[in-house]
Amino acid sequence: MLVWSKSGRVLTWLLAIPLFVIIYGLPIGVIALASVSGQWNDVLPSHFTLEHYADAFRAASFDSLKASLVTGVLASAAALVSGTWAALALRRIQPVPKRILDLCFFIPSAVPSVSIGLSLLVAFSQPPVLLNGTRLIVMIAHFVLISAFTYGNVAAGLARIPSDCEQVAESLGARPFYRLRRVTLPLLLPYLIAAFSLSFALSMGELGATVMIYPPGWMTLPVSIFALSDRGAIFDAATLTMILGMATMLVLIGLSRISSKATVR
Amino acid sequence: MVQAMVMERSLPAATPSASAAPADAVGGSRIGFENVSVTYGSLTVLQSLTLTVNPGEIVALIGPSGSGKTTALRAVAGFVRPSSGRIMIGDRDVTNLAPYDRKIGMVVQNYALFPHMRVEENVAFGLRAHGASEAVVRARVPECLAMVGMGAYAKRYPRELSGGQQQRIAIARALANKPQVLLLDEPLSALDAQIRRSMLDELAKLHRDLPALTVLYVTHDQTEALTLANHIGIMRDGRLKAFGGAQSLFRNPPNRFAAEFLGRANLLPVNDLQPAGEGRVSVRFGATVLKARNHHRLAKGSDCLLCVRPHDFKLGSSRPDANRLSGVVRSVQWQGDVHNVVVEVAGECIRLSSAPMREPPEPGASLDVHFDPADVTVVPEDGADG
Repeated sequence: MLVWSKSGRVLTWLLAIPLFVIIYGLPIGVIALASVSGQWNDVLPSHFTLEHYADAFRAASFDSLKASLVTGVLASAAALVSGTWAALALRRIQPVPKRILDLCFFIPSAVPSVSIGLSLLVAFSQPPVLLNGTRLIVMIAHFVLISAFTYGNVAAGLARIPSDCEQVAESLGARPFYRLRRVTLPLLLPYLIAAFSLSFALSMGELGATVMIYPPGWMTLPVSIFALSDRGAIFDAATLTMILGMATMLVLIGLSRISSKATVR
Repeated sequence: MVQAMVMERSLPAATPSASAAPADAVGGSRIGFENVSVTYGSLTVLQSLTLTVNPGEIVALIGPSGSGKTTALRAVAGFVRPSSGRIMIGDRDVTNLAPYDRKIGMVVQNYALFPHMRVEENVAFGLRAHGASEAVVRARVPECLAMVGMGAYAKRYPRELSGGQQQRIAIARALANKPQVLLLDEPLSALDAQIRRSMLDELAKLHRDLPALTVLYVTHDQTEALTLANHIGIMRDGRLKAFGGAQSLFRNPPNRFAAEFLGRANLLPVNDLQPAGEGRVSVRFGATVLKARNHHRLAKGSDCLLCVRPHDFKLGSSRPDANRLSGVVRSVQWQGDVHNVVVEVAGECIRLSSAPMREPPEPGASLDVHFDPADVTVVPEDGADG
């Protein structure tokens, strides 16, 4: 505990609570209120309704939710597989080449997402690889943007696995793939879930690259929200924002429960 | 305490319990280091190690941190690749074999049980890795758990066990595959003193139950080495400084380092070594002439060290042929079951251990001590390694 005196603790709480409410609570509260409002001409909204939610689960908005979820899950899964593979492959190489390859992996996280979107658009708009206008280019953009975080999480997890466990497994006769399947990956499971969760959350919120490359019929929720707010449909945009947040939260809570079980073991 | 441990080891072998594995089920291969060196860049961590652990033997490698003892063990396990030399297990040259092809069992300091597996799954791991049938697994796992007295804990997770219990499971897991050799890397270091003593007894019993098992035991604890090992290797700076039978090495250390590392020793600088009959020699310590064994056959006239263990000094009346020294008490320390006394004799401080005294000497008092020539030996100042 950093603050020992009772008055100091009270003062700290008095500062922290308003800050938390203003920074986190207020924006979320405003969005939540807007999502159930029919009008907002005064300090507080009026004409409360659930019609926006009913509309959100019809046609285009619901397709956006499906597009976001499918993109998030597939891109995160691909990033998890490649990030895990890379982290496993790179952990036993010499420090200097490892640092160089680490850097290569982290470059996409340092480049603005709009630049990634533009570069994919330029790269894949001409034969021989013509991906412009396909759903695959959205998946690739998300994969590129999140893979650095996946790799970073898995690499950090691998560094925390006791090497003794893997070595003892080998001494007991476990060949590399058996050891990986029965020892390394189960020990890594909490970190894999954390990596997938982070990737999924990032993918669900991704806008910069997606807005440049999304094909017709594969508009993700952030793009829909951006389009609605751009058209002035603030209440519908707020509703989709709430749905986006809740869908992401539900998946993350589910993953965190699995992760907790794996950690307790 | 050291005497007690040595006596404990010399007890007759216990009859294997019905639950224990058959004696011929495990082990039986020689471990051979043939001029093995390990280098990391310009750093040599193991230098030209040549050592044999015979089938059924326990050899302990002891030494300070960084002496190369763990590197030697890890080279046998296959986790360190020698830069030169050969490692043999039985008749196989395993120098370039992967660890999973070496048919070894290994127990490490922090147990390294797989936390996501129950105890029985941990013990079955090696069997399953080798493709054993479920029938074999079902038969062998309870057998191994019974061997270490953990049969009732099969369904538990490692986190539900104490440190000592975890180490027992680690040993059962290492033995489940019936390995040719067992490698123990400071297996008791993470345990508290009381559990360590009890585990030491368990390990001694285990080897009585499995007399064919060849064990390489790495430790920094001389008590563990003296209790368990048939032979002890003392390492320093990547080199084997001394090797021999546990009792022989303790009684006749070949050099100063071995004398100081394996049990505490008073090393008195002596000179003018002369034959004194019956395999003994006389040496001069200051103005006093002392007699000792000459196990290392040091040359007449040489300067050397007289190695006297603290418990070899006696107080009170002595035999006529005993060596006698007189000095001044510098400090007295009571440690429950022993009194440690430091006495200054001819400018040298000697340490003696005695059974608890009702009236210990006061610092500054004069004290006469004596010791039997049969209990002490002369040691070369810079004895050869090995």
